[in-house]
Amino acid sequence: MSIAPRFVLTSVTYLLFLFISFGSLAQDEAADGIPTDDALVSAGESLFKANCTQCHAINEKVIGPALKDVHERRSKEWLISWIRNSQKLIQSGDETAVALWEEYNKTAMPAYPFSDEEITSLLSYVKVESSKEPEAAPVAADAGAGQTGTAASGDSVSSGYVTAILVVLIVVLVLILVVLGLIVSVLTKYLKDQKDLDGADEEIVNQRINLQKVLTSDFVIGSVVFLFVALLLKTAIDGAFTIGVQQGYQPTQPIAFSHKIHAGQYEIDCNYCHTGVRKSKAANIPSANICMNCHTAIKTESPEIQKIYAAIDYDPSTGEYGENTKPIEWVRIHNLPDLAYFNHSQHVKVGGLECQTCHGPIEEMDVVYQYSSLTMGWCINCHRETEVNTKDNEYYNKLVELHAEHSKEPMKVEDIGGLECSKCHY
Amino acid sequence: MKETKKYWKGLEQLKNSDEFQKHANKEFPEYLPIGGAEGEEPSRRDFLKLMGFGIAAVSLAACETPVKKAIPYVKKPVSVDPTMPNYYASTFVSGSDYCSVLVKTREGRPIKLEGNSLSTFSGGGTSSQVEASVLSLYDQERLQQPLIDGKKASWDEIDSAVSKELAAANGKVAIVTNSIASPATQASIDALVAAYGATHVAYDQSSFSGLLAAYESAFGTRMLPSHDFSKAKTIVSFGADFLGSWPNHTGNNKQFAQTRKLDSKKKEMSRLYAFESNLSLTGANADYRTPIKPSQEGLYVANLYNAVAAKLGGTKVKVAKVEDDVVLQKAANDLVSAKGASIVISGSNDSEVQKLVIAINQLLGSYGNTIDPSKSVNLRKGDDAAFAGFVKKLNSGAISGVIFYNCNPVYDHALGSQIAAGIKKAKFAVSTSDRSDETSSLVKYQAPDHHYLESWNDFEPVTGQFSLSQPAIKNIFDTRQAQESFLKWAGQEVSAYDHVRASWNKNVYEKSGELAGADGFWNKCLHDGVYELKGAALTVSGPDVDVTGAAAAISKKYKVNSTELELILYTNYSVGDGTQANNPWLQEMPDPITKATWDNYLTVSPKQAEEWGIELGDMSTQTVSFTANGVTEEIPVLPQPGQAYGTVGLAVGYGRTKAGKVANGVGVNAYQFASVANGSTSFAVTSGVSATPTGNGYQIAQTQTHQTYMGRETVIQETVLNKYQKDPQAGRHFPKIATSEGYKKPYAVSLWQGHEYNNHHWGMMIDLNSCTGCGSCTIACQTENNIPVVGKQEVLNRREMHWLRIDRYYSSDAEEGDLKAMEKAAQNPEVTFQPMMCQQCNNAPCETVCPVAATTHSSEGLNQMTYNRCIGTRYCANNCPYKVRRFNWFKYHDNKQFDKNMSMNNDLGKMVLNPDVTVRARGVMEKCSFCVQRIQSGKLSAKKEGRRPTDEDVNVACAASCPSEALVFGDMKNPESRISQMLQIKQNEKSVEAREPRAYHVLEELRVMPNVWYLTKVRNKDEESKTEKAEA
Repeated sequence: MSIAPRFVLTSVTYLLFLFISFGSLAQDEAADGIPTDDALVSAGESLFKANCTQCHAINEKVIGPALKDVHERRSKEWLISWIRNSQKLIQSGDETAVALWEEYNKTAMPAYPFSDEEITSLLSYVKVESSKEPEAAPVAADAGAGQTGTAASGDSVSSGYVTAILVVLIVVLVLILVVLGLIVSVLTKYLKDQKDLDGADEEIVNQRINLQKVLTSDFVIGSVVFLFVALLLKTAIDGAFTIGVQQGYQPTQPIAFSHKIHAGQYEIDCNYCHTGVRKSKAANIPSANICMNCHTAIKTESPEIQKIYAAIDYDPSTGEYGENTKPIEWVRIHNLPDLAYFNHSQHVKVGGLECQTCHGPIEEMDVVYQYSSLTMGWCINCHRETEVNTKDNEYYNKLVELHAEHSKEPMKVEDIGGLECSKCHY
Repeated sequence: MKETKKYWKGLEQLKNSDEFQKHANKEFPEYLPIGGAEGEEPSRRDFLKLMGFGIAAVSLAACETPVKKAIPYVKKPVSVDPTMPNYYASTFVSGSDYCSVLVKTREGRPIKLEGNSLSTFSGGGTSSQVEASVLSLYDQERLQQPLIDGKKASWDEIDSAVSKELAAANGKVAIVTNSIASPATQASIDALVAAYGATHVAYDQSSFSGLLAAYESAFGTRMLPSHDFSKAKTIVSFGADFLGSWPNHTGNNKQFAQTRKLDSKKKEMSRLYAFESNLSLTGANADYRTPIKPSQEGLYVANLYNAVAAKLGGTKVKVAKVEDDVVLQKAANDLVSAKGASIVISGSNDSEVQKLVIAINQLLGSYGNTIDPSKSVNLRKGDDAAFAGFVKKLNSGAISGVIFYNCNPVYDHALGSQIAAGIKKAKFAVSTSDRSDETSSLVKYQAPDHHYLESWNDFEPVTGQFSLSQPAIKNIFDTRQAQESFLKWAGQEVSAYDHVRASWNKNVYEKSGELAGADGFWNKCLHDGVYELKGAALTVSGPDVDVTGAAAAISKKYKVNSTELELILYTNYSVGDGTQANNPWLQEMPDPITKATWDNYLTVSPKQAEEWGIELGDMSTQTVSFTANGVTEEIPVLPQPGQAYGTVGLAVGYGRTKAGKVANGVGVNAYQFASVANGSTSFAVTSGVSATPTGNGYQIAQTQTHQTYMGRETVIQETVLNKYQKDPQAGRHFPKIATSEGYKKPYAVSLWQGHEYNNHHWGMMIDLNSCTGCGSCTIACQTENNIPVVGKQEVLNRREMHWLRIDRYYSSDAEEGDLKAMEKAAQNPEVTFQPMMCQQCNNAPCETVCPVAATTHSSEGLNQMTYNRCIGTRYCANNCPYKVRRFNWFKYHDNKQFDKNMSMNNDLGKMVLNPDVTVRARGVMEKCSFCVQRIQSGKLSAKKEGRRPTDEDVNVACAASCPSEALVFGDMKNPESRISQMLQIKQNEKSVEAREPRAYHVLEELRVMPNVWYLTKVRNKDEESKTEKAEA
């Protein structure tokens, strides 16, 4: 079942070229026939991120050519036939196509069965992106990262304040103590100099504190024992609560895969590799054939990539796949107990959550670690605070209506049974 | 009616013995033994040891979290997404049984079977055998590679050796099979026959040879014609268990249930008469049931023939008159008045009896209406005479080689011991069985076939209806499809896939006239699993029956009144014919009638048991030394109401010796008692049967009296048809609660606040009229929800774990206190089946008593059970009025003491577990969750598509499996759903009201407001039956 592997990328470039020349086919809005309204562009963006980013960038040659202004270089018609089936175009003897084929070492771009609208939306996205400065995209990413960063530092700032106030308070208290001590000793000294004290007063002034007696008194021993036991218990209980909590767990993986490079630098959509994240319970750790979509051509000499070749039994010199495959044994980082049911598609597809909400700044991680505690308290807390993503989802229409009848607050997950046991335990 | 009708679950309850009382009063009759040896009290030291070990183990376990691996596919198949199920259409086949199914696979493992609703033959339901077969796939005791003389061999070695032996056998080769309904398999056998001049003999575990022969003489074609019960208004069955053990009983159940459903528009239903010796599933569902002895059966049929002929002008025959023919005459009247819409069937293997049955059906105009002789059901083709001839030849040494294709005649044929002896006389023998069973262990070459879930195959279960089998998993062991082996030995190198495709092309595509290309057609068929060839029909002539000849033969053979003890062998609904005996789910499934597990036993009439002086206790009985067909065995006795006096029944399928650790040694082999005379196998033995009580005690693990309702007798509400027609609420019980303001309806009085449901409100409706008690729901639930098997001893301790049980009630309308009438009723009671699972009460009594809030109410009407919160106080079970909560007394997984719990105790067996459902730990309570995992996944798929879920999205395992569609599940908040419409649901502020007049809640007076509704049972009996009975 080995799909002809190495020809993946060239084709994309072609697309880009074509757009421009054949602009005025059907659309009225723009001279080149590529409208740029927001909905179209965002549709194009998601298509692009899901299907193209692994080989193409706007301003940079990756596996395939850079796509900047491709709509000006190529006609739309050409681009459509290229995207749908580049091999067919090449075989038909189209000059541009053959030239590209040669230029990119005969790396084939896979055929994408997109509709005309979808291709138009892709081109709209490319058009809009082409008009931006090259730095635009990284800035956006930074902005995203900045947000989480701010949130995090906001937390630490507020806790810093508390600490500072505490320290000041303690200092003040200690000062007060010292001052009081001084006053006591001054007064005592003064009283000692007085001769007309009666017996009882004398006794108070001259009382000697027997340290030993105090230390061995029931009260002190009792208090110390109590404090010790209480501390011990607290430590034990705190410790018990952390059993099984692996927040920060960052094991070494068999292949030094970096999310920072793939998700951060190249902005490959998470869904491209984690194919299940919008449709199934598991996000899926990508199978090696997904890596091979790009790595048949990229960084083929890297020792880390060689490990993928070994796993999938690929011979880079011949481009042949063998039968002797050996699955990659990644170390599992996020472990939920078997008694808890969690479904990615519910949260990502239906709830519209970003991956980073639970997985943290994954695009900055060279080595992935467990960002959230993944405790039940953490889940519950989020279900209490998070609003349900009811937009354009008929499932929730009536619920929203009923909720609005008796509450002005937005509808939270807990309001529609999100805290019930059988939502996660069965 | 309800005021006088008395219900009981077993004879213990009817007699109300002290022992029964003792157990009935306790939720948990036995307590957990902690000590080591039996009777030894646990000491303080033991306790401290356990404590110390426990603490040490916990702290050690907490020290380090184990490193877990995540191993993705190397090359992910396009259609497989981890955690998403894939469904493949396929076909269940075991022995001679058949059902079109959908296989649910997860990550390439089949985990559940559902009926294929596109099949008009099997009808979209399943049976317990079908549901359980997915576990048989993961049976460790299957043969894991080919063997020669019991030693591991390669397929090449087998092929060259077998080919050589076949060539040297000079045509003296026999191929032994069960009935073959597969054209591809038949073609591969034919190839062997052609290559080596071999002969092919087929037999069936339960032989239909007599029926087939009768049809051959009447119609010229040897066949079992297709019966359409859905068109029948009157059905008369003489010992033919068409709802339980007949071929395609799932389809029959569906057809029969269609005639039993009632609503405001359809107020007519069919009437079923049964004349039989054992209380079978068919008899239990009959409106009129008459216990008869096998030695009387022929005369009953002949008498019915005469009664029908008298009305319709046929030739009468001369036979003796049966003593009590009141019911028979009534049946004849009903048959005649429903002319053209009636069916008469008989389970007899005597072709003379079957000829008369054909004659009756001919008089009644059934052919062309309810019975279609142009469509042959290919699931029973065995020929007793040919098989007996083969056994004779085998023993005379006239056969040098035998090939057994997936059959085990040494165990499941009456001549088994002769075959065992004969195999040794043959030069060589080959078997394709999946294990070293009674036959296969005697042969030289063992060439194991794939399990059906690993195979390509095609089937033509009935003329013109085709069904495909495709592998849902790659073969687990080094097995090879038998078709491929046969072709190879015949000198053809063809893969099973190519062979089946060629067969499909030839038998289906080329005749279909479909315009799509062969590839497109094949893909469509593979997707649908089934294809129906329009207009396919056999050409038959007739019928032409010699009634006088048949009657003369019957007169000679049958007696009006025989005083001899007679034996009837029957196929029960759990273990079946024994092919799947090593399946613990089937072994532990309570037989629908006797409610016994893990055993077979002699069913005898209560009167007989009394005469034998057998003392009965709760689940305890005695054995008898039993002789029939010259074989003597010690067998326990189970008094069975409804068993004809003077007869005993014994289930086949037990007494395996080489099936595996689950089945071996359970019960006795009943096949050896079958009689073979004149080349005809008879499961009714009418002479030479004797039984002597031994006085030895024995315990049968019955579940029938577990979980009783303490005398609250309105659990079953029933009426008869003409009362229902006058008043749709007939038979309903309307309890009233005394309050300071007078009597009120229960739901008008409540301490509870009630729940508000904004989103969904899940509910279930169970039609007691359609439920035939077959039990496929029990096993479907077990498969879906990872329910453990506990073994016989634990069932005896009343700790079975089934979430869904089917309560079987006997009843009679004899006056209470009228002991004589009661006793008579106990000989032949009415039977009602009631599936019982968690009722998901809106005011759940279990929820209020849980000290840790482990069982709580959901906003969708579910009564949730949270295992990880449960600490095992068992208060909830004590407070449950329906007795549907189950406690995990032990750790049933990874526990050598429960190694019969195959699905949880070895790596292979564990592949069957549903990954969406927790395997419960020891010490927690569990119960029906309304398949919450299915609800959640159905909701999710709707949410993902931005719409509300429909009935298509969510269905529970039990309702999906039900062949008669007696269980209907759905969202009562959705006015479009089936349940809302059938129950005519009206949503009030805080409660739901069902306006369907037959709908009732069990124990309504408790005000727990269940979300499960039952529809009253309506029997198609005449009203005066009560007085008739009392007079009698």
